[in-house]
Amino acid sequence: MTTNGFIQLCLYMGVLLLCVKPLGAYMARVYEGRGVGIDRLLGPVERAIYRLCGVKPEQEMGWKAYAVAMLLFNFAGLALVYGLQRLQASLPMNPARMASITPDSSFNTAVSFATNTNWQGYGGETTMSYLTQMVGLTTQNFVSAAAGMAVMAALIRGFARRNAAAIGNFWADLTRTTLYILLPMSLIFAVVLVSQGVVQTLGPYATVTLVQPTTYDTPKLDKDGNAVKDDKGNAVTEKTALTQQTIAVGPTASQIAIKQLGTNGGGFFNTNSAHPLENPTPLSNFLEVLAILLIPAALCYTFGKMVGDTRQGWAVLAVMTLIFVGFLGVCVWAEQSGNPGIAALGVDQTAADARPQAVQSGGNMEGKEVRFGVVNSALWATATTAASNGSVNAMHDSFTPLGGMVPMLLMQLGEVIFGGVGSGLYGMLLFAIVTVFIAGLMVGRTPEYLGKKIEAYEMKMASLGILIPCAVVLVGTAVAVVMPEGVSSVYNPGPHGFSEILYAYSSAGNNNGSAFAGLSANTPFYNLTLGVAMLMGRYWVKIAALAIAGSLAAKKIIPTGAGTLPTHTPLFIATLTGVVLIVAALTFIPALALGPIVEHLMMTR
Amino acid sequence: MLKQIRSAIVMLLLLTLLTGVVYPLAVTGIAQALFPHEANGSLVLRGGQAVGSALIGQPFDDPKYFWGRPSATAPMAYNAAASSGSNLGPLNPALLENVKSRLAALRAADPGNTSPVPADLVTASGSGLDPHISPAAAEYQVERVARLRGMEPAAVRKMVHAHTQRRGLHVLGEPGVNVLELNLALDGR
Repeated sequence: MTTNGFIQLCLYMGVLLLCVKPLGAYMARVYEGRGVGIDRLLGPVERAIYRLCGVKPEQEMGWKAYAVAMLLFNFAGLALVYGLQRLQASLPMNPARMASITPDSSFNTAVSFATNTNWQGYGGETTMSYLTQMVGLTTQNFVSAAAGMAVMAALIRGFARRNAAAIGNFWADLTRTTLYILLPMSLIFAVVLVSQGVVQTLGPYATVTLVQPTTYDTPKLDKDGNAVKDDKGNAVTEKTALTQQTIAVGPTASQIAIKQLGTNGGGFFNTNSAHPLENPTPLSNFLEVLAILLIPAALCYTFGKMVGDTRQGWAVLAVMTLIFVGFLGVCVWAEQSGNPGIAALGVDQTAADARPQAVQSGGNMEGKEVRFGVVNSALWATATTAASNGSVNAMHDSFTPLGGMVPMLLMQLGEVIFGGVGSGLYGMLLFAIVTVFIAGLMVGRTPEYLGKKIEAYEMKMASLGILIPCAVVLVGTAVAVVMPEGVSSVYNPGPHGFSEILYAYSSAGNNNGSAFAGLSANTPFYNLTLGVAMLMGRYWVKIAALAIAGSLAAKKIIPTGAGTLPTHTPLFIATLTGVVLIVAALTFIPALALGPIVEHLMMTR
Repeated sequence: MLKQIRSAIVMLLLLTLLTGVVYPLAVTGIAQALFPHEANGSLVLRGGQAVGSALIGQPFDDPKYFWGRPSATAPMAYNAAASSGSNLGPLNPALLENVKSRLAALRAADPGNTSPVPADLVTASGSGLDPHISPAAAEYQVERVARLRGMEPAAVRKMVHAHTQRRGLHVLGEPGVNVLELNLALDGR
């Protein structure tokens, strides 16, 4: 790695960590229902929403009512997005005349956006009308993120309260998150993105005249529309003249801003943030990749603040940062090392930064953009899978075996290293509960966390929340590799083909949304199985977290004694890191050995 | 329960109105007022006619032009209405075949040039629309373009330099030479 590459990574971590405290403290005020400044402007909107919905925000809910409200709201959103896609052709704001979408693909996309996964089986600029993108997808980008953060706030209240029956009001948490956190941040961010060149228009696709007219090969068709074949059975091609270029545009910046901030990841264009109109400059790239981890990192501080001991939040953040930096190092190293097969052909893959005329990022550039180079592509891949964002600025399918294993394994950790907005932190707190339980077993004391006794009920729920996504990933992959419908979608030969399937279920089961995109996933088989995987991965964990919140809220707080394991110390940080890594390693190393690990051995042979 | 269902539906409609209609329209309004050029695709005009976007690459295979990154979009390269990477895995034989044929095309266009070819010039970009090549990839082509256009290499180098986008704030990202703008400048000389 060049010196500049190292400086860029340090700058990224530095700016991220500097934002944690101010943003985290602000979000704590939002969830504690205190004044936040802009409520003077948006307060009337908030109150109007409650009035029209017949909601009393001060009327708090028990965990079951909270879960029911959350599920009803998500189901309604799912139905709306499904309907918009099915009726797209007859609805307005469709200048490119996109057809209506098939039932299986509509189901998959509706589930995908309602669960904050944003897996995309379709290509945005060739499938979706402006209306679907705005009213359907942009809206779900906001509310699925807000629903995740609401559940997080409820779990924090479960820790903070004593002898309480209620954990907050879902409608109030949802509305306040959207109005006071996501909307203002997105509005500012979207305008900054436009200044860098991200498009934002309702006008039709642009057509320009090429500077150098050229030709391209198309299969020759006979008068019945069948491909003509030569004597040897190969398809005959003919030259077609090309003088124009059609450039897809649309209301992009508004969707990209929330897609990055809300750990959604669903791009406006097919190639997501690798597309120059979605991520045009190094500065837009820095801000977009910063936005991926911004809210998940800051929520750690919110957590510490709301449970009355900010050291607890810093400890959780330390675990996330440690694991993140380790994985980042592996990914950058693997990608910068390049592809030996290409090097053998006489291609120069060495990073050069000294002479201005010889500058190149080098490394494995297949599927990467010049303006980002290897370091920023590896940083993005690590951040987007550590968080459950799933946007990409380079094609993960073309990464080196170990470079591609990093994002895969980060998803398999359960999306708890920063993780999704809200969902990452409640996932990590499930691991913290397991960790105090294991530590308690070692010393023979009743485990407790933040003054709450951890008993069989909490352990059962935490174990379910951790193990269900693991099971979804492994069972899904196993089913797909024995079904002809699963195998026929594979694009790359050999172990890389297995990696494509394993990656798909890791992504869906943990609500990430990125892909080894060579896999043709827009088939009924993948649309349905991945849709079910997304639903299970999202709601079973969420309900487990809410159940724990309800149970903890009802408990009393026990004073710290000589037998209490402090949960803000380096010892606890190391133990929690170990538990997260060991659970994933025990579960997934056999599967990884069949994919990226064997592929790496083949590449270096 | 019925009351909760009603709350869920009304809440969804109101938040849809706010985040799916008001918000994107507000951003569109602000964007069109403050940054109309960028918001509409950073189009490049020549003689009043749009000849491209400064942010979107175009196919060049004439040796008197600088060539951009290989593009994996279908059915033609640099199809800006359907972005796509190659998604070829690192060990896929098709990837190595593609690289070989790109190397052969570069050598055929410039037979005397024996310098090693920079990686970005023979590997497909992520979007298939990458507007940039690395300064090293431009340098590899300078002599060829200068010869075919009857220019001094130093003059071509100067134009390459003028169309190189620096790192953001001197640290971020990687420098890149904008191929479309450079070729337009060469044509307009």
